[in-house]
Amino acid sequence: MTDIATAAPGTEIGRITADRITRHMLALYCGASGDHNPIHVDIDFAKAAGMPDVFAHGMLSMAFLGRLVTKLAPQTALRGFGARFTSITQLGSEITCVAKLVERFEEAGEKRARLELVAMDQKGDVKLMGDAVVALA
Amino acid sequence: MIDRSFIGHEFAPVTAEVEKGRLRFFAKATGNADPVYSDEAAAAAAGYPSLPAPPTFLFCLEMDRDDPMDFLDLLKVDLGRVLHGEQSFTYRAPVCAGDRITFRSRITDIYDKKNGALEFIVMDTECRNEKGEHVADMRRSIVVRNG
Repeated sequence: MTDIATAAPGTEIGRITADRITRHMLALYCGASGDHNPIHVDIDFAKAAGMPDVFAHGMLSMAFLGRLVTKLAPQTALRGFGARFTSITQLGSEITCVAKLVERFEEAGEKRARLELVAMDQKGDVKLMGDAVVALA
Repeated sequence: MIDRSFIGHEFAPVTAEVEKGRLRFFAKATGNADPVYSDEAAAAAAGYPSLPAPPTFLFCLEMDRDDPMDFLDLLKVDLGRVLHGEQSFTYRAPVCAGDRITFRSRITDIYDKKNGALEFIVMDTECRNEKGEHVADMRRSIVVRNG
């Protein structure tokens, strides 16, 4: 928590890059997440719906953002977490998640910090924009 | 256009148990190597009674039923035309393996953009454990491509 507690607002405090998104990864996430929407795993269904191919679950990249947040602060300190899915994540993408400190503030009787989160692919195209609020020890 | 009279519609509550095997599978599928999420000894050392459910897992657990997209049938929306627009979580208490979570969802908004080419469905879900403790709230926004 040192970084979150001491970093200047606007500073990057962490990043991770997830494994490249493959059909196999989407099949595993389909089963593990319970999100069985065929548009992410069945190319016939995806094409019939007007998409060129299957594409990644937005929630898979949000889980990557969650990995980054819980690396920066224990999950028991997590108070809020949100994301907007700004564009579709294609097969072959390598998603990098970046967290910046926005501000430290007091709320509900505790010191908290707000983080800005971005998930982007290897071309720098933004896929998710989000934020998290964590309690400071 | 989706019938706006569904704003305020409440769905029957659904209950699902947080299972250890499922959490380990989820950790593998999301590339999460942090042992807290797959190794009970590491979770115990971190102060959790069992494996903790990671930050987005409640969204997944809510789908742990026969037809998790059944609300689309109610709204007469084609599954192939929906995208996830936004998702947020507010956390009030930890959720760990062994907890039984009851989800109560309601539609809080339906609106459109671009002259109806895109419609948005907003759903709020309250999550309580088997002791009745309010552990989290979720909000999801679904985008319907009508174009």
